[in-house]
Amino acid sequence: MTRLGTTPSQTVGPFFSIGLPWPDGPFVVGADAPGAFTISGTVFDGEGAPIPDAVVETWQAGADGRFGERDGFRGFARAATAEDGTFAIRTIKPAPVPSPDGATQAPHLAVSLFARGLLHRTVTRIYFADEEAANAADPTLARVPAARRGTLLAHPVPDGYRFDLHLQGPDETVFFDV
Amino acid sequence: MSVELIRGYRRDEPGTHPDLADEAYRSTRLRHPRQPLVYLPHTITEITGPQLGRERVVGALDHDLTRRHAGEPLGERITVGGRVLDADGRPLRNTLVEIWQANAAGRYRHKGDQHPAPLDPNFSGAGRCVTDDDGRYAFTTIKPGAYPWGNHHNAWRPQHIHFSLLGEAFAQRLVTQMYFPGDPLFAFDPIYNSVRDPAGRERMVARFDLDRTVPEWALAYEFDLVLRGREQTPFEEEH
Repeated sequence: MTRLGTTPSQTVGPFFSIGLPWPDGPFVVGADAPGAFTISGTVFDGEGAPIPDAVVETWQAGADGRFGERDGFRGFARAATAEDGTFAIRTIKPAPVPSPDGATQAPHLAVSLFARGLLHRTVTRIYFADEEAANAADPTLARVPAARRGTLLAHPVPDGYRFDLHLQGPDETVFFDV
Repeated sequence: MSVELIRGYRRDEPGTHPDLADEAYRSTRLRHPRQPLVYLPHTITEITGPQLGRERVVGALDHDLTRRHAGEPLGERITVGGRVLDADGRPLRNTLVEIWQANAAGRYRHKGDQHPAPLDPNFSGAGRCVTDDDGRYAFTTIKPGAYPWGNHHNAWRPQHIHFSLLGEAFAQRLVTQMYFPGDPLFAFDPIYNSVRDPAGRERMVARFDLDRTVPEWALAYEFDLVLRGREQTPFEEEH
């Protein structure tokens, strides 16, 4: 069977905000969802400058470990960065989910990052620093050099978690080939 | 624990997509990862994704960028349509297609766009629709203008429309740009040429389609989008 060539990626450009953001985009769950919190952070370039024209998208399981939209839970968030490079999404902590090798994946969110100057999305994951035991058994984290695993951890703050993304530099976030 | 068979998505051929470090496109300099990407076998997280179709298309005219305001926008009225397929030719049904673009004068309705060309009070430049059972989408809009940008001396972007597709899985997510056939700016545009494979560049160029042209009303462009297909061999996942 003939396979079709896939369409190449191009940058999201500087003007995506006229079409891509949704008013409810940052909200995986409603404000009154049990266990709801905010994951916020800043997207930085290689000189440590905040990136004001990036889009962060996340995809995750629910508290029951199932993927897919249902009442009050979208599983998906889309948040553009503000002038100061910050973004925020409202979500809940996902349950652990299975891994193809029979192991269990620690609670995590898959992340796509788009920006002017990025010709293709970069993909990373958000894990939770307060899930030490689950993280220690996670097969994806095990693929990452130990010294860089910390870039994938969201850290508890008063209203939820903080997770910064660094496209370059000494704290460059681990990005995945998916 | 039950065992479920799930299939990942085929990786794109090397060279399908641009390299993130591209000397000709200056904004990549501080914005591309320098560390090697870490290979991630697809898991349940990557082979699922948001199935957001009709709930995201809230207005009856979301697909028609020419009928959002009191009057009609200036410019050359066109239809842009095509199919969303995977690499095995399977149509993606009820999947969300989002677009945004400059107006006919080459100006975006965005505070960051300083190009001294007129805004059009009758054009916002964003649209969305969902594909039908055949994977088909259709927009009505105006042909966007070319515009200058600051990448290098006398840099101009070819006319283009931005496309965003969620696909059926996280692994299929795609943001790209659709170009128009025969654009004289192709040879000079670092973003278009960031795709090194000439056949790949051709896949970003729409086809003029006289058969779909609506007489006395609008020219038609056809643009199919192809997302990755599934692996043939399942791998096992325990639940």
